[in-house]
Amino acid sequence: MELLGLYNYFVFAVLLMVGLYCILARTNIIKSLIGLSIFQGAVFLLYISMDKIDGGTGPIILEGAPADTIYANPLPQVLILTAIVVGISTTALGLAVAVRIREAYGTIEEDKIQEMDREQ
Amino acid sequence: MTLHDQLPALLVAVPLFTAPIAYLLRAHGLPWAAAVAATVTAFIIACSLAATVYGGETIIYEMGGWPAPYGIVLHIDALSALIAMLVTGSSAAALIFGAKSLADEVGEEIAPSFFAAWILCTAGLTGMVITGDAFNIFVFMEISSLSTYILVSAGPDRRALVATYRYIIMGTIGATFYLIGVGFLYMATGSLNTVDIAARVGDVTEVRLLLVAAGFITVGMALKAAVFPLHSWMPNAYTFAPNVVTVFIAAASAKVSLYVLMRIDYAIFYKNIPNHELQLALLLIPMGILALFAGSMLAIYEKNLKRLLAYSSVAQVGYIALGIAMASVSGLTAAIVHMFNHGLIKGGMFMAVACLALRYRTVNIANLAGAGRAMPWTMAAFVIGGLGLIGVPLTPGFISKWYLVLGAMEKGWLGAVLVAAILLSSLLAVIYVWKVVEVAYFKEPRANATPVEGEAPLVMLIPTWIVVLAGLWIAIDSSLPVTMATLGAETLLGAR
Repeated sequence: MELLGLYNYFVFAVLLMVGLYCILARTNIIKSLIGLSIFQGAVFLLYISMDKIDGGTGPIILEGAPADTIYANPLPQVLILTAIVVGISTTALGLAVAVRIREAYGTIEEDKIQEMDREQ
Repeated sequence: MTLHDQLPALLVAVPLFTAPIAYLLRAHGLPWAAAVAATVTAFIIACSLAATVYGGETIIYEMGGWPAPYGIVLHIDALSALIAMLVTGSSAAALIFGAKSLADEVGEEIAPSFFAAWILCTAGLTGMVITGDAFNIFVFMEISSLSTYILVSAGPDRRALVATYRYIIMGTIGATFYLIGVGFLYMATGSLNTVDIAARVGDVTEVRLLLVAAGFITVGMALKAAVFPLHSWMPNAYTFAPNVVTVFIAAASAKVSLYVLMRIDYAIFYKNIPNHELQLALLLIPMGILALFAGSMLAIYEKNLKRLLAYSSVAQVGYIALGIAMASVSGLTAAIVHMFNHGLIKGGMFMAVACLALRYRTVNIANLAGAGRAMPWTMAAFVIGGLGLIGVPLTPGFISKWYLVLGAMEKGWLGAVLVAAILLSSLLAVIYVWKVVEVAYFKEPRANATPVEGEAPLVMLIPTWIVVLAGLWIAIDSSLPVTMATLGAETLLGAR
């Protein structure tokens, strides 16, 4: 039961490693950037998981709710909203750079780019 | 509430709000002027804050009046004020120096966005230095990183794009590691304010959670600071960025990551994880020693002057890592002083390189033959910087190495090894600096080479020499960085 309760964290670890592997193993720039997104997405899950409190409800105070209502912790959600924005900007910038690499080199394969640079 | 009370917020707010204005200014030269105005203002504010905390007090500024730990506080003590001065000062100096060089390398049509990114980068780096909130550090880190990527990608060579792409990947992994570490810390303590975390972390019974957090944060920051062997993104990013950008990022950006590493590790983990001193030493001392030798050796065999200096930076970051790992007042003082001094030295040297590049149109060392005669002032500035890298007395490099050796002496046999490593790598620095000097002063230029126009323009030469003279002044009267660094080291170790 305890192991099952940690389900989210296992997914976090797996996603983190999938992302990292994808970054390291792929020479295609777009695929590496996808890996980077997965890598960052894993961290979003970590933060979202930690705000859950057993029996807690959404952190919105309603009139008439009993005084002993348990609320989930809203802070990590807010934090990760910021991190998602950061992640989007990073991916956008990375893709913009990929477009310019394609314009300059005519390819987005890192090994081919390396070859072209060596010839230069 | 006077204006003076608001200075901590203005230090970040002035550049942050100037950035969109600079982007909107489309007339020739105006974005540059706005960037200079913003960074010089920030530098003046940083100096005034440094004067306030010089006696050892700490300024706590509550953003929006929300007290810690609920709101974000800005936390300025001697250490953060010193690094804030370095960041804003090098940003302003590089901009003032670089008008001509940038006009040469960065096209008119991208100037507004380029300077907006520059100002944002300054804002992000100063924000990282002065904020007292662990998550806020991440936000500012990403502001500065994203804008640094843009600055690097503006380089004239297409290889700048590939360097940027590598930098994006490595930089994002580093920042994400930091974010994971902060997440674990928040799980353990329920707080994000560094002072508050430090107070609560003593009650945490799960040491493993803290260890994992410390591991992620330390490795993440070491990646961003380009500590060997995590430096792979750095040489190409420094080489292919526009020359003036290299001046700024070489002087400031890696230092800020080291600052965060130092601050978090010492404020939070040092006292609360058993044997953390040993763990830090086991990680950073081997990395530091390897950095000293690998960086210097790579520099010795390098043919491109900018990449040579980048590899030399890898070695110099090694000195700082060694200082951090010593966990003593003298070791940390050495690390902090060297952060400041290396910023001055490398900033000045890359300025000289930018002058050379403007005249010679290349930074290949072999093509710089005769530069000593054609550009005597520029090369003199370069040589003084080089002497600083070696650590010759009467240069700023000597001051920091002196303190580093003092710190190492306290460590018994390990200290003897460290002293030997420091001296040996200084000798390696002699070789790579000499390599440049030999070509520039003693080699005749090729017969078919077009003669250069002569000395760099005064608008570039004067700022270069101001930085060089500031370095020499620090070497003679080192009280400013040393006093502030000692205060900082004592604060970090909890001796104050």
